[in-house]
Amino acid sequence: MTDPTAELTIHTDLARQILVEFLRAETQRAGFSRGVIGLSGGVDSALACYLTAEALGPENVLAVRMPYKSSAPESYEHAELVLRATGVQEKTLPVTPMADALFELIPQADSIRRGNVFARLRMILLYDQSAEFKGLVVGTGNKTEILLGYTTLFGDSACALNPLGDLYKTQIRQLAQAVGVPEPILAKPPSADLWKGQTDEGELGFTYEQVDRLLVLLVDGRYSPEACVEAGFPAAFVEQVLERIRRNQSKRLPPPIAKLSNRTVGYDFLYLRDWGT
Amino acid sequence: MADSPVRLTLALAQINTRLGDVESNLEQHLSLAKQAKSSGADLILFPELSLTGYALQDLTPAVAVRPTAQDPVFGHLLQASRKIDLIAGFVEADARSRFYIAAAYLARGEVVHVHRKVYLPTYGLFDEGRFFAWGDAVRAFDTRFGRVGILICEDFWHASPPYLLWLDGADVFFFTSASPGRGLSAEPRLASASWVEHINQAYASLFTVFVAHANRTGFEDGLNFWGGSTVFDPDGRRLVQSPYHQEALTLAELDLAQLSRTRARLPLLRDERTALTLRELLRIQAAGAGSAGSKEGGHD
Repeated sequence: MTDPTAELTIHTDLARQILVEFLRAETQRAGFSRGVIGLSGGVDSALACYLTAEALGPENVLAVRMPYKSSAPESYEHAELVLRATGVQEKTLPVTPMADALFELIPQADSIRRGNVFARLRMILLYDQSAEFKGLVVGTGNKTEILLGYTTLFGDSACALNPLGDLYKTQIRQLAQAVGVPEPILAKPPSADLWKGQTDEGELGFTYEQVDRLLVLLVDGRYSPEACVEAGFPAAFVEQVLERIRRNQSKRLPPPIAKLSNRTVGYDFLYLRDWGT
Repeated sequence: MADSPVRLTLALAQINTRLGDVESNLEQHLSLAKQAKSSGADLILFPELSLTGYALQDLTPAVAVRPTAQDPVFGHLLQASRKIDLIAGFVEADARSRFYIAAAYLARGEVVHVHRKVYLPTYGLFDEGRFFAWGDAVRAFDTRFGRVGILICEDFWHASPPYLLWLDGADVFFFTSASPGRGLSAEPRLASASWVEHINQAYASLFTVFVAHANRTGFEDGLNFWGGSTVFDPDGRRLVQSPYHQEALTLAELDLAQLSRTRARLPLLRDERTALTLRELLRIQAAGAGSAGSKEGGHD
């Protein structure tokens, strides 16, 4: 079996070159020259901001901070570090009034529902800013969370293009370090910051390092679950991860259209987005 | 070879394309052909599907052409070929509405040869077999630079088409690709780039021929095309390499006399036992389709 840690090691200059060119080319082909990013203060959006600023020029990137009243103050400060380093345009639009008005209607909503509300309100704000700024919403979802379904449908997963979706979280960290994302952002535990003290790893029940080592074997290496157990991954962990991947397939695809005609969007009406460009 | 020039100045046209916009891609071909000619090139090699873009899907019928002087696209290319030989990639429609991934060698206003891709990758990220018909011939052909052959991308991921070109007399192999980059690792180039460079160098060495490869650049949705076009000589030496991921027009000087110098040292072609190969192939095929490859019935 290949060494999963070695498999996860990336040549950051090459990744950076491809992703910057991807952002530039695909933004232009969509008829745009600008980008909009929700800047949380975490490593994913920080990296996306650095790459997009490099691709489009900082003056053509709008980074939007959308804190809630209980958001950790350091999230805001960490976003500030990114703004200063990249020189992108910025705007702060707190979700507090929108979210609190909604929570009055659904006071019984648990933390999962409340988390989804935040993610979707931020999507509304980003797409509104997209219209005003005439920029495409740049996604920040990584391969680990896409595979695990650790994302809010039509919330943080909503975007026009995503430069990071084929990089595992551990690879995001390598690239973020290489492009100069500030140390406090690299060092802190990943968190959706949806409630106080929340961390991704606490909520998932395993660390990104653990799960990325497994995912790179299962998904990229096409090793069987049995082979991964033999290699030392706990059977229950392997099963839990596989089940998460399977259960969340629907989040990774557009909704199924019931086929009736001879030619149906999604099945046999097949064109790339770049059609004609 | 007696009347052929000793040198071939080859231009590798490592271009980006517009998906489904033949008119705009044609303009780029004509302008690069002119530029290559004024730089002293004898022949310009464009990548796979250079006139159409790669992931055509349902655009396939809309961009298909016939490689004849009556076709408006080929009319222009044939006109350009009066000044410089050129190899261009296109979708060929046959008379019965079958579509092929094809590449044509044009010279002096004539279509010298058309190769239809014989291996259509339909696995992983590829879906060519869904939209295209399988070509059914691997042939070398004569040019003013001697006998040469054309293969398209997956054709040379299989060892047999280059081998057939070699036995059919080709001394210069023109390979064209629209190769999506994949396989990011700790290495400074993508796994797909390493793989293609390894095999092209190996073919040049094993067959003591020139191997020129033109790959495209740019993006189609999330797919990147990595460029890195190369020419290897009969000793397996890399004569030129275009940059990765950037458009480029790269000139390579092919000293065709190197063929005889290399073969004097290393007479692999002289010693190749084609009758033995054929005998064994027939035996293997007779022994069962499983070991001879499963595509035999479907595409022959």
